[in-house]
Amino acid sequence: MTSLATKLETAAHPARRNGLSDLSIRNLFIIPTVLFLIVFNIFPLIYSLGYSFTDFKASSNAPANFIGLQNYRELLSDEKIWANFVITAQYVIVSVSGQMIVGFGLALLLNRSFPMKGLVTTLLLLPMMMSAAVVGLFWKLLYDPSWGVINYALGLGDFAWLSNPEAALFAIAITDIWMWAPFVMLLSLAGLSAVPKYLYEAAAIDRAGAWYTFRRITLPLVAPLLLIALIFRTMEAFKTFDIAYIMSTQPTTEVIAIRLYKQAFQQWDTGKSCALAYIVLIMVLAITNIYVKYLNRVKER
Amino acid sequence: MAAVQSSGRTAVNRIAIVAVIIATLIFLAPIYWIASTAFKPRNLATTVPPTVLFQPEITSFIKLFVKRVQLNKPVDEATYAAAPWWEQRIYDNGERVLRTGDNVQFSAYPNRFMNSLIVAITSTVLAVGLGTFTAYGFSRFKVKGEADLLFFILSTRMLPPIVVAIPMFLMYRAVGLTDTHVGLIILYIAFNLSFAVWLMKGFMDEIPKEYEEAALVDGYTRMQAFFKIVLPEAATGIAATAVFCFITAWNEYAFALIMTNRRAQTAPPFIPSQLGSGLPDWTVIAAGTFLFLLPVAIFTFALRGHLLRGVTFGAIRK
Repeated sequence: MTSLATKLETAAHPARRNGLSDLSIRNLFIIPTVLFLIVFNIFPLIYSLGYSFTDFKASSNAPANFIGLQNYRELLSDEKIWANFVITAQYVIVSVSGQMIVGFGLALLLNRSFPMKGLVTTLLLLPMMMSAAVVGLFWKLLYDPSWGVINYALGLGDFAWLSNPEAALFAIAITDIWMWAPFVMLLSLAGLSAVPKYLYEAAAIDRAGAWYTFRRITLPLVAPLLLIALIFRTMEAFKTFDIAYIMSTQPTTEVIAIRLYKQAFQQWDTGKSCALAYIVLIMVLAITNIYVKYLNRVKER
Repeated sequence: MAAVQSSGRTAVNRIAIVAVIIATLIFLAPIYWIASTAFKPRNLATTVPPTVLFQPEITSFIKLFVKRVQLNKPVDEATYAAAPWWEQRIYDNGERVLRTGDNVQFSAYPNRFMNSLIVAITSTVLAVGLGTFTAYGFSRFKVKGEADLLFFILSTRMLPPIVVAIPMFLMYRAVGLTDTHVGLIILYIAFNLSFAVWLMKGFMDEIPKEYEEAALVDGYTRMQAFFKIVLPEAATGIAATAVFCFITAWNEYAFALIMTNRRAQTAPPFIPSQLGSGLPDWTVIAAGTFLFLLPVAIFTFALRGHLLRGVTFGAIRK
């Protein structure tokens, strides 16, 4: 109805001839952004796809030689690269599951009315707004083996969290959990507050147990948002660079992004790095695709 | 029965609130610790057991901003008495402030902080500006393949920084954009643009179409309607989006680490690099960290009503 009215107005008002047509405004508004992203994101990726088939080294003046799929073949048969992927997977599992448990737990605790609830919730959200690099840095202070607060508080003596090959990855994951559990909490709280009260009242009338109510009412209704949090955090954890790079130099914490960084900017093995970047990119895009599809589905509800 | 149940529920509530208090304290402890370290005298920063009660001082902030060297002999009393109060704090620590002529030499910190401000503010203004137009375009007009285009826009945000950084570094090196503000600003616009489009589209969708249509009827052009009707309506959304983009650019580490090393280096790669070798002065590092985190903490409070929307790219709005 309104659109019909607009059309009629457009026809009836020659005064609008001075203005741009809707079509040109649309193009004027959208095309610059798309062009910008193509020039600064897609074009570089095409550029590096080209280099991924060469033996180019950015540190030397030697011209790049086309070597076909050799970089990819070498990478996929390189046990060290697989080890990096395994470390990344371990990190993703520990860190994301920690975030889900802590975040959802916090949300369950917060999902009731109490004084200064808004303030407490915002305070809990602070860690995720901070720079991962700086968070990594000050957790190093907390983890210090000889005078760190963590060892003192837990009575761990001089346990060297970050230089212990076994513990370092967990130490980084704990920091990441501290930083990102609030994210899960935020989404869970939104889900929990959307559960209609009458469902709980009905369950109480039916004398349903707390566990039954939780499993049959709370969880299914919060699940979509939990899943969004899960996919998003998985994607982000898979890409982790800052925290791990700053906190530890142990080979056991060399996640794939760190491997890629070293190969590209310390060994200057540019061609091969481009190939590895592509392998990582395809994995990230796969997760992104799932994420966006799911996000759109939840949005439509 | 009902009374028993409700008293049971009150008990559960009480326990939960106590748990909330404990969890909040644990969560805030790391932030408190870095903030309190910034105000400690150096000899209390790394004690065993950790020092909790101390006389707070701001010496570390003075040290953060000036270049200084170790004194090999104590300063004579006349010089000490003539020095301004902040310089006396430096003398108290057995160091002296470096000067060129009469001018105090500043440390690298204020410069890196400025770089962070320049890069974050410029990239935010441009990304949000461009993103607002695009969001309006997507919100109000039919676009062929809209879903695919929006996915493409979002997917650029999800690219791992290191993956993009490799070709960008080669290109920047070729055109001389490494270690420049412009180079970093371009990267941050690209990074934030997709976010701004998605978030702003959510805000635009909430502004009733009827507002502009009424304006169009009154003889406004579409452009006039956009600038005079839609933009003021979207002001809160624009502000929230801008703050999110600012925080992202402010916090960004990987691009800054790779693309800059001195002139355009921002605070996130600089602050950890202070650890360096030897005995780091944690009070100074903590002071730098504290100042760097302060704007983010303030913005978090300003944004609290929009955080959920921000972290889900505008998909979830409650």
